Amino acid sequence: MARIYIFKGFERFWHWTQALLIISMLVTGFEVHGTYSLLGWHKAGELHTTSAWALMGLWVFAIFWHFTTGEWRQYIPTTNKMLDVALFYAFGMFKGEHHPYLKTKNRKHNPLQRVAYLGVKLFINPLLWCSGLFYLFYNQLGAVGLGGVSLGLIALAHTLGAFLMLLFLIAHIYLGTAGHTPTAHFKAMVTGWDDDVNEEPLGAKAQ
Amino acid sequence: MQVIKQAMIVFATLAFMTSAYPANAPDSAQPPQKLLKSTADHSKFKELQQEFASGPEVTKACIGCHTEAAKQIHLTQHWKWEFRNPDSQQLLGKKHVVNNFCTSVTSNYKACASCHIGYNTDGPNFDQTSETNVDCLVCHDQTGKYKKPAGFAGNPVVKDTEFPPGSGKIIRGINLSDIAQKVGQTRRATCGACHFYGGGGDGVKHGDLDSSLEAPEKALDVHMDSKGLNFSCSTCHMTEGHQVPGSRYAPTAQDKEAAHIRGKSDKSNPTTCQACHGQAPHKKEAKLNDHTDKLACQTCHIPAFARGDMPTKMSWDWSTAGKRGPNGKPLVVRDEDGYDTYLGIKGDFVWKTNVTPEYMWFNGKVKYTLSDDKIEKANQPIYISKFEGSADDGKSMIWPVKLFRGKQPFDAENKTLTINHLAGNDDAAYWKNLNWDKAIAAGMAAAGKPFSGKYDFIETAAMWPITHMVAPKDKALGCSDCHSSNGRLEKVDGIYIPGRGRDHIALLDTAGWALAALTLLGVIGHGIGRILTAKRTH
Repeated sequence: MARIYIFKGFERFWHWTQALLIISMLVTGFEVHGTYSLLGWHKAGELHTTSAWALMGLWVFAIFWHFTTGEWRQYIPTTNKMLDVALFYAFGMFKGEHHPYLKTKNRKHNPLQRVAYLGVKLFINPLLWCSGLFYLFYNQLGAVGLGGVSLGLIALAHTLGAFLMLLFLIAHIYLGTAGHTPTAHFKAMVTGWDDDVNEEPLGAKAQ
Repeated sequence: MQVIKQAMIVFATLAFMTSAYPANAPDSAQPPQKLLKSTADHSKFKELQQEFASGPEVTKACIGCHTEAAKQIHLTQHWKWEFRNPDSQQLLGKKHVVNNFCTSVTSNYKACASCHIGYNTDGPNFDQTSETNVDCLVCHDQTGKYKKPAGFAGNPVVKDTEFPPGSGKIIRGINLSDIAQKVGQTRRATCGACHFYGGGGDGVKHGDLDSSLEAPEKALDVHMDSKGLNFSCSTCHMTEGHQVPGSRYAPTAQDKEAAHIRGKSDKSNPTTCQACHGQAPHKKEAKLNDHTDKLACQTCHIPAFARGDMPTKMSWDWSTAGKRGPNGKPLVVRDEDGYDTYLGIKGDFVWKTNVTPEYMWFNGKVKYTLSDDKIEKANQPIYISKFEGSADDGKSMIWPVKLFRGKQPFDAENKTLTINHLAGNDDAAYWKNLNWDKAIAAGMAAAGKPFSGKYDFIETAAMWPITHMVAPKDKALGCSDCHSSNGRLEKVDGIYIPGRGRDHIALLDTAGWALAALTLLGVIGHGIGRILTAKRTH
């Protein structure tokens, strides 16, 4: 085990900005949906839309970053040790066992993380983006031949995406406490330094 | 020759300039003369410098110069009181409709005609071809002194007259010559002299038209604001050749045209909001423009009607009429503000100010229940006028509406609305004798319609579009007025409104929150498990 700089500056900025924006969009989004009244519908709607554009802008940079740095490979799913990791969270953790997945700088996500994050990136996010853009540009849909799509359907898809994001967020925040100490993951995500990382095997590449 | 000519021109020009210059001098001591907008000062016309013994005499003088004016008036609904709806083919207009206020003009012309733009309008067969019977003054009076008292068939009273005869009440005569010499363009007050008082009194009928609009503040009407934009009625109801556009008998519910502009041939109705504001009027907040495909402007921009401290009637129950007070005269009950809530001659009323409109899809088609239409008590309320429209006909917008409820006589055997003889000094007039049998029989006879002799009362309702009293933008509805459960548009079907609970797929919301709760419980349980086992391990 070694203390290694695992989360780079942009990655951390991206993560925390995204966290802030997603939480604000969940809070405002469910107000727009009519679940409760907090900021007032007008302000909630404005903040939701502003956050949406900010997040989309952030994502343009993040996608660029992932591809130019090759970091996208961190999300390639694998079944290798997936069961072990699941069993660890179910049982091993309560017995004080060490995490079965030995993370390295180039393979920093365990198999469950990989599949969860990939699910967010390939399913939940696109669902929210697409339905959200349809929502925002509902009145212009007719001009591009999509006038038949009802606002109710768009809202349904968007709400479904929102619930999935909420479930992810709850689990994600909790699992953030499941490092070798409860705050280890948070510290790593803030400072970039993780002291529970394996040295990279010589010549190893992200897989 | 050429040289001399040129020299003369130069000389003449110089001479003109020097002579013209002093008159244009900016330091002229005389105050600038006030510019008259009209090219004619009617007080200087010899034709008007005479005593007029009647209205038609004035009109004769008017049309001596304005040769086509009366002919133009003859083509209007204002004159004919008749309108054939080109879509439904229903024959409408005051002459034909039965409403749930004073029900019908048919046998009551002498009273009702005080709001006809004609003289000698003494019955349904008044002379529609007479040019001198056109009343120019009622629309063009600038003095505010012109009056057409009820009971005179649309004629003004020029000499002090006791009316009704023997009552001791004197109606003062007015000086038509003075009024005729001061005529001008129509004003809010001239249009309002009839349109503010529809239904028998100030504010009674429309709710968005009452005398508070004679000199309104900005908060009441952003366009008519007497200290601001100061629109008259005709600023929107842009009239050419006396043909006033913008009738509610065939309204424009949806206007997809661009704003009217000089130089462009604009065929669409000039009275709509869009005719000036276009389709994307919201500059600061573009999202609001996404509403203009479904919502009439009025829906947000007229948050309530009867906002001018003047109430409007919301219901009228004729079935309770007929009670007399201890003095034997028809009973009068007033509320603390002095408004009649019960009149022996009319029944019970409900008045309201600051009324939240009803909202509904409206495509511009209005279905009237006319005096020949069969009605059944089982179908109460009978819609005297019903707005048609739906979310998906492509022609409808969501409109604010005054729903006026009534209960009025109908022929219980023939199943039709009745024509009721109300006004007059005769034995059959209801307001004289409080006898429905006689009043209905006389009314139906005047209309030439059969009456079985058996009457009953039936609940009716009428719809009135709300389109005046446009509030300033900061007083318009806010998002949450509609984007909420039990908001303004709660009852409007066929549209998904974000924030309105009844549009939610309940299953998704329930399952979503249940799963979120389970996940939360799961992680809390997991966390507690970790804490407990950690203690044990250490």
